[in-house]
Amino acid sequence: MAIPPRIALFRRRIPQSIVRPVIVRHCRCFSSCLRDAQQQKSTSQLDDGLSTTYFGFEKIATGLKEARVGAVFSSVASSYDTMNDLMSLGVHRLWKDYFVRGLDPGTNPLSASPPSNALPRGWNILDVAGGTGDIAFRLLDHASNVHNDYTTRVTVTDINLDMLAEGRKRALATPYARSSRLSFVEANAENLVNIPDNSVDLYTVAFGIRNFTNKEKALREAYRVLRPGGAFACLEFSKVNNTAFDAAYQRWSFGAIPLIGQLVAGDRDSYQYLVESIAQFPNQTEFKDMIMDAGFIVPGRGWEDLSMGIAAIHKGIKPVEGSAPQ
Amino acid sequence: MPPHNPVQLSRAATRVLAVQSPLKPHPVLLSSWRAFSVLNRPPPAYEGHVPLTKLERGALAIGSALISLANPRRADLIAACGEATAQPYFIQRLRNAMLRHPTGRRILRDRPRLSSTTLSLPDLRALPSNTLGHAYVTWLDREGVSPDTRDAVRYIDDEEAAYAMQRYRECHDFYHALTGLPTVREGEVALKAFEFANTLLPMAGLAVGAVFTLKKGERRRFWDVYGPWAIRNGVSAEEMINVYWEEELETDVDELRARLGIEKPPDLRDIRKAEREKRKREREERERAANLVARRDTAR
Repeated sequence: MAIPPRIALFRRRIPQSIVRPVIVRHCRCFSSCLRDAQQQKSTSQLDDGLSTTYFGFEKIATGLKEARVGAVFSSVASSYDTMNDLMSLGVHRLWKDYFVRGLDPGTNPLSASPPSNALPRGWNILDVAGGTGDIAFRLLDHASNVHNDYTTRVTVTDINLDMLAEGRKRALATPYARSSRLSFVEANAENLVNIPDNSVDLYTVAFGIRNFTNKEKALREAYRVLRPGGAFACLEFSKVNNTAFDAAYQRWSFGAIPLIGQLVAGDRDSYQYLVESIAQFPNQTEFKDMIMDAGFIVPGRGWEDLSMGIAAIHKGIKPVEGSAPQ
Repeated sequence: MPPHNPVQLSRAATRVLAVQSPLKPHPVLLSSWRAFSVLNRPPPAYEGHVPLTKLERGALAIGSALISLANPRRADLIAACGEATAQPYFIQRLRNAMLRHPTGRRILRDRPRLSSTTLSLPDLRALPSNTLGHAYVTWLDREGVSPDTRDAVRYIDDEEAAYAMQRYRECHDFYHALTGLPTVREGEVALKAFEFANTLLPMAGLAVGAVFTLKKGERRRFWDVYGPWAIRNGVSAEEMINVYWEEELETDVDELRARLGIEKPPDLRDIRKAEREKRKREREERERAANLVARRDTAR
C-alpha cells in the first residue's frame, strides 16, 4: 500500500499551467475541483498527443473507457433493479412510466390512415443501451394496451452482453419473449452497424448516454438511423435546479449511494463511478445544444425536468426534407 | 533535513505556498476529527482508501453487521464491519500492541503479506506433518479455501493501522490451522470468540452474536466447551498479531501452541462426525422398529 503523491492536495493551490501535464491516477478529485474542471471539454489532448476522457472523476485514456464501463455494468447487471430501487427510492419507475407515456408509442390500426398500397405498419423503435428491457417492455405495453397496436416492434441494443442476458431473462415474463416484436441485439451506440439509415421511427435511450465514450458520435448515429420526422428521446440524470435541494441530493449521491452499493451489491466502486458520471454529465442547456448540433430540431425549451432536475427528458426531431433545421 | 513524511510534507507545502486552510484535515487524527463532508473527502492515505464521515461509518457498521448476520457468506461485509467498528480506539490498541513487542515491530517494518504468491503451497505440502506449514496447507486443502480470499482494507484512516487490520485478516487462516477449528459456522463462532478475547476488536465480539443462529446442540457445545476455551485461551495467550507466521512455518505445531500459551480444543470435526453418525444410527433403529411393528400388524 504505497502512499500516492499528494497531488490532489495541491490542485487548488497551484495554477493550472503547472498542474496540467500531470495525470492523477489514484487520487479522486474533490467535487469542488470538478466544478472548475467542468469548464474544460470532456475529452482533451495531452501534450504528447494521448487523448483522454473522464471515467467518473478519474482521467483515463479514451480507448480504455469502454472496457471500464463494461466492467461496471457486468458487475451491476444482476442487482440492477434492486439497486435502482434503493438509489432512487423507487422513483425511477415513475420516471420511466412518464417518459413512455409522453412518447405515446403505437398507432391504432383502425384510426390511422394507411398508405394506399399497404397494411398499416407499426412503429419501428430502437431502444439503445436498454439492456435490461425496462423501457422496451413499457413501450410495447403502451402500444398494445393503449392503441391496440400489435405490430409496433422494439429492438433493444446494448454493448454489454450481461445486461442483454438479464433483459432476455426478464422478457420471459412478458408476452413478447418469443414474438417478433422484441429483439435483443449487441451493438455499440456510437457505431450501429446493423441498423440501416432512415429506418427507425423512434430512438430512445434511458440512463445510458452518460456512459458513452463519445456522446456526439452517438447523437450523430441517432440522426443517421432515424427517418425524417422521427423522434430522438433521451431520459438521463441531469442538474438539479434548486440549490438547497441540490445540496441534499449531492450528499445523498456521494454518501449514501456508494454505501448502499457496498451493502447490497458488494461493489462500492461501481456505484462511485455511477454517481461521478452523473456529476460529469453536461447540464440541460449544454446537452440540448449537443442535440441541436447533431442536426435535430428541438421542440420548445428542449427538455423537461423530472423531480426538480434529478432527471431530465430531452427530445429532438429529425427534420423532414425541405424544412430548414434551426 | 528535507521533510520526508506526509505530515511534514504537507506542512512544508503550506508554509511555501503561504495558503492557510482552516479546515485542512490532519492525517493522523482523521478518524476522530471530522472536518470534511462526502463532497470534500481528503486524499486517500493508501491505495483503495476511502475516508468516511462519522455518519457513513455508523451506517456501514450497522448495515454490514445486520446483513452479514443474516448472510454469513458476505465476507466483504464482515470485513467492512470490522473496519467500521475498529476505529478510533481498538485498531490503535492493536497497532500499539504490535509496537510494544519486538516481533510486532519487525512485522510493521517488513509489512509481509500472506497470499498464494508469497506462500509457496507446494513447498508447504512437502514439509513434515507436525509443522505449522503442513497443518496450514492441509487445512486449506480440507476446507477448500485459498489464501487469496481476503479483501483489502479500505476504511481505516491511519495507514499503519490499516496494515495491522490487513495482517489480522490474513492471519485468520493460521488461527484456524493452529487451533484446528473448521470453517463451519460453529467453528467460526468459536474462533471469533477466541480472536475477540485476544485482539479486542469489536467485530469479533459482534460475530459471537451469531451463536444464536446455531442449532441447539451446537449452541450447547459452545456454551459448555468452546466458549470457555476461547475466552480462557484468548486472554491468557500471547498477542496472536505478533506472531511472524512466515518464520514459523517449519515450527512444530504443539511447540508453537505451548509457546503461545494455547490449548488445543477438542476436534470439532470429529465431534460433529460422531454426532452425525449417532443420529443416523438412531434414525435407522427407529425405522427398523417401525418396520417391525408394521409387519406384525399386517401379519395379524
